[in-house]
Amino acid sequence: METFFFVFISTLAIGTALAMVISKNTVNSALFMVLHMLSVAGFYTLLNAQFLAVIQILVYAGAIMVLFLFVIMLLNLDEDEKVVSKIDFKQLISFTLALVVLAQLLYITGNYAGVLPELTGEPIAAVGTVEAIGDELFTTFLLPFEVTAILLTAAVVGAMLLAQKTSNVIDE
Amino acid sequence: MEAPIVSSYIIMAGALAVLLQSAAVVVYVERRVAAFIQNRVGPNRVGPFGLLQPLADVVKLIFKEDVTPIYGNRVIHTMAPMFPVITALLTVAVIPFGDGLFITNLNVGVLFLLAVTSLGVYGVAMAGWASNSKYSLLGGLRAAAQMLSYELPMGMAIASTVLFATSLSMVDIVNSQVYWWGLFVNPLGAIIFTVAAFAEANRAPFDLVEAEQELVGGFHTEYSSMKFGMFFLAEYMHVVIGSMLITTFFLGGYHLPFAGYYAHILPEAGTWAKAILDIAVFLGKTGFMVFVFIWVRWTIPRFKFNQLMSLGWSKLLPLAILNFVVIAFILMLINS
Amino acid sequence: MFEEFFPIFVLIGISVFLAFVLMLISWLLGPSRPNAPKLRPYESGMDPIGDAKERYSISFYMVAMEFIVFDLEIVFIYPWAVRYQELGFGTFWAVMVFLTILTLGLFYTLKKESKNFSISKAKQV
Repeated sequence: METFFFVFISTLAIGTALAMVISKNTVNSALFMVLHMLSVAGFYTLLNAQFLAVIQILVYAGAIMVLFLFVIMLLNLDEDEKVVSKIDFKQLISFTLALVVLAQLLYITGNYAGVLPELTGEPIAAVGTVEAIGDELFTTFLLPFEVTAILLTAAVVGAMLLAQKTSNVIDE
Repeated sequence: MEAPIVSSYIIMAGALAVLLQSAAVVVYVERRVAAFIQNRVGPNRVGPFGLLQPLADVVKLIFKEDVTPIYGNRVIHTMAPMFPVITALLTVAVIPFGDGLFITNLNVGVLFLLAVTSLGVYGVAMAGWASNSKYSLLGGLRAAAQMLSYELPMGMAIASTVLFATSLSMVDIVNSQVYWWGLFVNPLGAIIFTVAAFAEANRAPFDLVEAEQELVGGFHTEYSSMKFGMFFLAEYMHVVIGSMLITTFFLGGYHLPFAGYYAHILPEAGTWAKAILDIAVFLGKTGFMVFVFIWVRWTIPRFKFNQLMSLGWSKLLPLAILNFVVIAFILMLINS
Repeated sequence: MFEEFFPIFVLIGISVFLAFVLMLISWLLGPSRPNAPKLRPYESGMDPIGDAKERYSISFYMVAMEFIVFDLEIVFIYPWAVRYQELGFGTFWAVMVFLTILTLGLFYTLKKESKNFSISKAKQV
């Protein structure tokens, strides 16, 4: 049953990811990405990382993608703009380079295939619960936790300042 | 986990049936209560006391023409009404209806709930955008901003409940209220959560999403037939779900008040009598909260958008954080 | 663990199916007699002026932006709310610092907003 689910979710994840890249309408792309995030959350449940699974939905699908969608919907992007209008020399080069990078990545991953630990649900089950994450986060990783607060505040204040600057320009 | 995998599907079927039916019942009750409050008669023609009115409405909706505006995005326009219905139906997965009567007891039930709620934004945003009508777009944007804003105080209020249960499992949260309900030990959290639940369900006094005078129908201006029916269904399902959540988090779920003190005279756990008592208590409280939802709608006038936003961001959210801190401090002092 | 999530996957399947069925019912049973005025976006009976998809107030982006930040705050708080009894008073003060910094950020934005533009003063929306 779990194997069936793995195959099902993998197909969904790859399919939605491809659809996101291919689809010409940006809003459709964003919605496919939401679906992709949800299927990734499905992977986490298979790996028994339940906290990560819900956080994946809550933060990525529920918050970050909403911002993306807002921006895309309201910037009034031209739907008819083709992604690939005509194949020119520059695109050919970038495509080749991308292939080279992909080959390199695959080669490197192949080298390390034996080194990677065998991942199954059991070891993650011990660390995937909220309790385990809480214990680690507030003892070992207390300092990064505090720094996160500063980072988040900086993000809010920064966004505020950016928005404000534009509004001042409009005022003048 | 003693979660009975066989019977959880029976519970699921029952819960879905109750939820889908309850929307019809709530629509009828709302119209009757509204009529009572406004000194009118209300629907009384179809069937005895107008009881068949919701059925007649549904049949009428089904046989109406389904119009999609030409300049809109057809696919997204069609998909948008599914989102609120799906999220409403999914919420029911983690709500315990009685002792051992739940679909699944997730270790992260509370976060699952918040995650599913946060997906509800897509329905309104997509509906507003895909219609390509100004009223729809403004209504959709307002609704999305409102739902985002009120999710924060809601999350914080639930966090203060979690402090008492020290668990994210809904069953543990209900059981932590067996002596004292969350309402008594955490009244501010209960109020904040209730207000946020009203806003999440887009109900009065926060229904400016569909403020007729300004926005015609809000994000569903361009919807007709059963597509509109699905938004309508979802709205009333969210009222029921909101009531269930208030019951679960702050009104002790399926426990009678102070049940822990006289548990010995109640039927024993695991018997049919106990199961029926639990469900009756749970549905009774939910019904009362649904009545409160309706009552408030016909009592309090609608907010303005800026009032709504400043209430959410500059009052409810800081209050919810403060409430969390104070409760955490007191509980720490008691336990150390 | 996966067993606990399994009913949820079943429920997702059922609810998606139900949503499609509801959608199909009226599509199959309802009439289809479109004409131009019916398909035009509703604008109080007048011919629509311009396109609906224009740029909107930046306040909406700010709402989404701030939502992400404070959503993360809540996500960080939950593991502590579950384990605070075991973690003790030391982490209580750590969490206080965390919450104080973020609340300061919140008050800063609220103050700025009330002066210039705002999520709470989006007039044209």
